[in-house]
Amino acid sequence: MLALNNYLILSAILFSIGTIGVLVRRNAIVIFMCIELMLNAVNLTLISFSHYLGSIDGQVFVFFIMTVAAAEAAVGLALMIAFYKNRESIDVEDVNMLKL
Amino acid sequence: METIAIPAINLAPIMPEIILSCIAMLLLLVNVFVPSESKGYLGVLSLVGLVATAASVVSGWGQPVAAFGGAVQLDNFAVFFKLIFICSAALAILISDKYVVREEINHGELYPLILFATVGMMLMACGMDLMVIFLGLEVLSISLYVLAGFNRGSLKSNEAGLKYFLLGAFSTGFLLYGMALTYGATGSTKIGNIAGFVATNPQVATNSLFVVGMLLIAVGFSFKTAAAPFHMWTPDVYEGAPTPITAFMSAGPKAAAFAAFIRVMIVAFPTLKHDWTDLLWILAVLTMTVGNIIALSQDNIKRMLAYSSIAHAGYALVGFTACNPEGVAGILFYMLSYTFMNIGAFAVIVLIGKKGEANGNVQDFAGLGQKRPLLAAILCVFLFSLAGIPPTAGFVGKFYLFSAAIKSGYIWLAIIGVLNSAASVYYYLRVMVYMYFKPSEEDFDWVGMTPAIAVCLLLCVATTLVLGVVPGTVLELAQKAVQF
Amino acid sequence: MESIFFLIVAAVAVLSSILVVTCKNPINSALSLVMTFFCLATLYVTLDAPFMAVTQVMVYAGAIMVLIVFVIMLLNIRVEAVKRGSHAVFAGGAIGLFLLFQTVWFLGRGTLSGATGTMDRAQVVKVGHIELIGKALFTDFLLPFEITSILLLAAIVGAVILAKRKI
Repeated sequence: MLALNNYLILSAILFSIGTIGVLVRRNAIVIFMCIELMLNAVNLTLISFSHYLGSIDGQVFVFFIMTVAAAEAAVGLALMIAFYKNRESIDVEDVNMLKL
Repeated sequence: METIAIPAINLAPIMPEIILSCIAMLLLLVNVFVPSESKGYLGVLSLVGLVATAASVVSGWGQPVAAFGGAVQLDNFAVFFKLIFICSAALAILISDKYVVREEINHGELYPLILFATVGMMLMACGMDLMVIFLGLEVLSISLYVLAGFNRGSLKSNEAGLKYFLLGAFSTGFLLYGMALTYGATGSTKIGNIAGFVATNPQVATNSLFVVGMLLIAVGFSFKTAAAPFHMWTPDVYEGAPTPITAFMSAGPKAAAFAAFIRVMIVAFPTLKHDWTDLLWILAVLTMTVGNIIALSQDNIKRMLAYSSIAHAGYALVGFTACNPEGVAGILFYMLSYTFMNIGAFAVIVLIGKKGEANGNVQDFAGLGQKRPLLAAILCVFLFSLAGIPPTAGFVGKFYLFSAAIKSGYIWLAIIGVLNSAASVYYYLRVMVYMYFKPSEEDFDWVGMTPAIAVCLLLCVATTLVLGVVPGTVLELAQKAVQF
Repeated sequence: MESIFFLIVAAVAVLSSILVVTCKNPINSALSLVMTFFCLATLYVTLDAPFMAVTQVMVYAGAIMVLIVFVIMLLNIRVEAVKRGSHAVFAGGAIGLFLLFQTVWFLGRGTLSGATGTMDRAQVVKVGHIELIGKALFTDFLLPFEITSILLLAAIVGAVILAKRKI
């Protein structure tokens, strides 16, 4: 059986790639996809813990994270559509009416 | 085929949540049949629902009751916070009545969404399971993303919603990763079980999974409480969101994030207390200083109050750093008084504003003191309280927070806090100077009081002054509420 | 054998997730993300969680990604013309690499000290994975399960309010 650390390191790598994506990209939809990537890294961590601990709790947690991800997708994409209707763009660089 | 034995369920501890969600769903149904010019009645109905919920919450005062296998626990701590959330929701509904008509966003869904957000906050305050806290936070956040972008026709509001959504979801990622690692290190998501495991296995404190988990949870909650350096979203979202929603966001959700933060840290990570108080020390100093310094240069009053709300989160973090019963009681008291003084200030901003969020700058308050002396005096009370000048609630709250810090030996932290508080007087006084000593070009004849806003202002002024003059009873209650 | 399989799947997952970040066209990013989701679903199967693998494919690759692709098509987003300013790329990359370094460093040293439960492969085979999850959902996690219904209702109302043409 593979050691747990393999899975943990893989999920840490995926989480970091997602974080980099959120910070580097400027298209709101791509940023949202990178956030989904981060959540999936968390899911992998939880399922591998669940396997190695022999407890079902982690998988139930993943279940709820998926539900939340779906709800967030619905609301987030609706926000993007509303923004696009007014602005014809979803670049976050265009999200600049409000300045520092 | 094995049958599932459903365990005995005690609904009493989550009765407030059940009542409030039922009222919210009822409102969604009623909304369909209400013509758009009388949507205000939905606000009245939601206030009735909030009062019923408050009655149900108060009955939980006393002995802690746990349910759902330790997933929730209604104790005094939760009761006190839930009352703060109910107050903030009720006050926000009172001031949105006039605003939504003026901005032509008079959709009945506003009220159910505020109530859903309140349900989420209440679950965060009484959740004893990381999953319940996470789901409560998400119910709150999703409602708030929508509320921030509620003014669909306004680009600023869209932008506020989108920014809040992206940064909120990003911070949720950190929070979840922290929760996952904590689960791996302790084998449970229930805070009670985590505490039990840590008590019997003290060596877990050196397990890097546990330490990183704690750090990531702290980062996630710092985003939600808008503590520096995780505060970047606050000013934009506060400025762009509809004003009553900004008032709501600055009071209720901030308190909810503190409730969950305090409970998770104190109950689940007691063995790492030394580490996280050091972390909070730095966060508190940064948050107070950044918030106050940037607020000094703001002209837009909503942005100014956004930075000031960052600074106020910093004061609350001082009490959290102290981590003694006085400090936590101080946070409870401060969050309660902040709810009233801050929403009061926003109520005045709603009154002064014109359609399309015009009139949001400090300069637009020039001459208010001569033309509308009563309104100006009311705003002064709130600003004095925010600045922490006696005899107002803000002074008493800060006094208790800083004295708790001194009691725990954080003398420097208290000194930095007092200095910050002194610096903050400048930007609050600046508004008053404009109100009383600058000539006005406007006659403020569009400022019309409505019964709802009058009730809100009356409640806010009365509470701010009463908590400032005779804080004894409420402080005693706050001290009794410090039990986990 | 098992470790070689893991390495291949992990490599594909990492590569496709890098593509999510680097692709200029959002559609390509979305397809790479679907690839990552499939790799993760494969790993879930090796971790004795077949039901989670199926849900992963159905909810993530099926529902969420279809929604995202639909919005990309609907909004007709053009390929990003300009990259974000180089300092933003640099700062983001630096923060990300730092995060990567310290998580890998710490997690490589972490030990699984938690209280262990009773679920193992034999039980999953005997009782069935869906049954185990269902039982947990309706007994231990009944309250979170009910909260999700409120969450979904709020999300539906919110999405309608924000995106419907006329309300």
